[in-house]
Amino acid sequence: MEEIKNIIESLLLVAGEPLTIDRINNILTLTGKKEIRNALSELSKEYEARKGGFFLREVAGGYQIRTRPEYREWIKRLIQPKALRLSKAALETLAIIAYKQPIIRNDIEHVRGVNCGGILRMLLERRLIRILGKKEIPGRPLIYATTKQFLEIFDLKDLKDLPTPEEIETLKEASSEHMG
Amino acid sequence: MHDEHYKIQIDDIFEGPMDLLVHLIKKHEVDIYDIPIALITKQYLGYLEWMKAMNIDIAGEFLVMVSTLTQIKSRMLLPVHEDENEDEDPRLEIIRPLEEYLRIRSAAEKLAQRDLLGEDTFLRNPGQEDYLRGREDVVIDVGLFELIDAFQKILENINPIGRMEINADTITVRDRIVQLLDIFETKGSVTFDGLFSKAADKSEVIVTFLAILEMVKLSLIRVTQHTRTGIIRLFYL
Repeated sequence: MEEIKNIIESLLLVAGEPLTIDRINNILTLTGKKEIRNALSELSKEYEARKGGFFLREVAGGYQIRTRPEYREWIKRLIQPKALRLSKAALETLAIIAYKQPIIRNDIEHVRGVNCGGILRMLLERRLIRILGKKEIPGRPLIYATTKQFLEIFDLKDLKDLPTPEEIETLKEASSEHMG
Repeated sequence: MHDEHYKIQIDDIFEGPMDLLVHLIKKHEVDIYDIPIALITKQYLGYLEWMKAMNIDIAGEFLVMVSTLTQIKSRMLLPVHEDENEDEDPRLEIIRPLEEYLRIRSAAEKLAQRDLLGEDTFLRNPGQEDYLRGREDVVIDVGLFELIDAFQKILENINPIGRMEINADTITVRDRIVQLLDIFETKGSVTFDGLFSKAADKSEVIVTFLAILEMVKLSLIRVTQHTRTGIIRLFYL
């Protein structure tokens, strides 16, 4: 058990993308998935107990070692991250696709009431969304969905892990909260 | 003489017709289920006038919203017959999309608050990852409509005598940007109000405002509003 845990830890350290249990299982041929799962949860517990600079995150269907958000400012002194920086309009468009996928452009634009061609192109370029195919209706519009990269960047296990949007409290409350 | 027209494109950076509606509803603290349509429509048109005056391209979608609002208003004026079953509130036509939009807006905010890779949390080996892309996009923490409100307030404070004067050697937006850059170079950040001197005339105020919008677009500065004091502050990036 101790060794399995160490092997998995070493794999996690080297892997670029989140490692799935299947992938680990293919490497550790003689170990069962249950043991792998246990080892991962052990590792996570150790990192939590140690409260060090990094932790184990379950993202995009796999596991990944990431730095703790508390230390972001220090890391930004080391590297110059050209961060995601999405405009409000782009974030909203992305949210519409994330929550309503698969979705065609017309339906995306309907929610915001505004053209989103430029934003879609940018989201595609950044591989946050992808084209699933064409819908079999007149005009054969493109169908959009989010990517694995979207899950990775937004620290989501899977699509079910998307935050639940708040039901609409009266805007009064929202605005008083905003203005303090 | 510079007669080049200065146009601001708002499509990608600024908000759409729904945002303006939400802005007005918040501003007047009305219940979304009981929107005073007449008041909101009037205000909505007022903002469009402002945007037109500032040469901001008004997308057709804004006009669609105006016609929807006007239609609702007229339907509300029609007498309701008691035997009619369909005495649905005409405002539902706008309430439903509004609810939907607010839900998405809240979802977008929640997404942005997560521990974003490349922003809050990092991998052991950065640099190889191609999510580390250029800073082409700008986060605007203050909406266009909040800026228009602030701008209106400044115009109200201008000395009314100088208002209609047309000055031949007014400063261009480009020159103003250069001046503002000097200020940002030395100070790093300034308040929105601080950029408009009390003595300024209207054209100077407008040029300054356009310069700010352009600088935001060029990712030179970032605009934030303090949630408690409401003070708008501009940061040099």
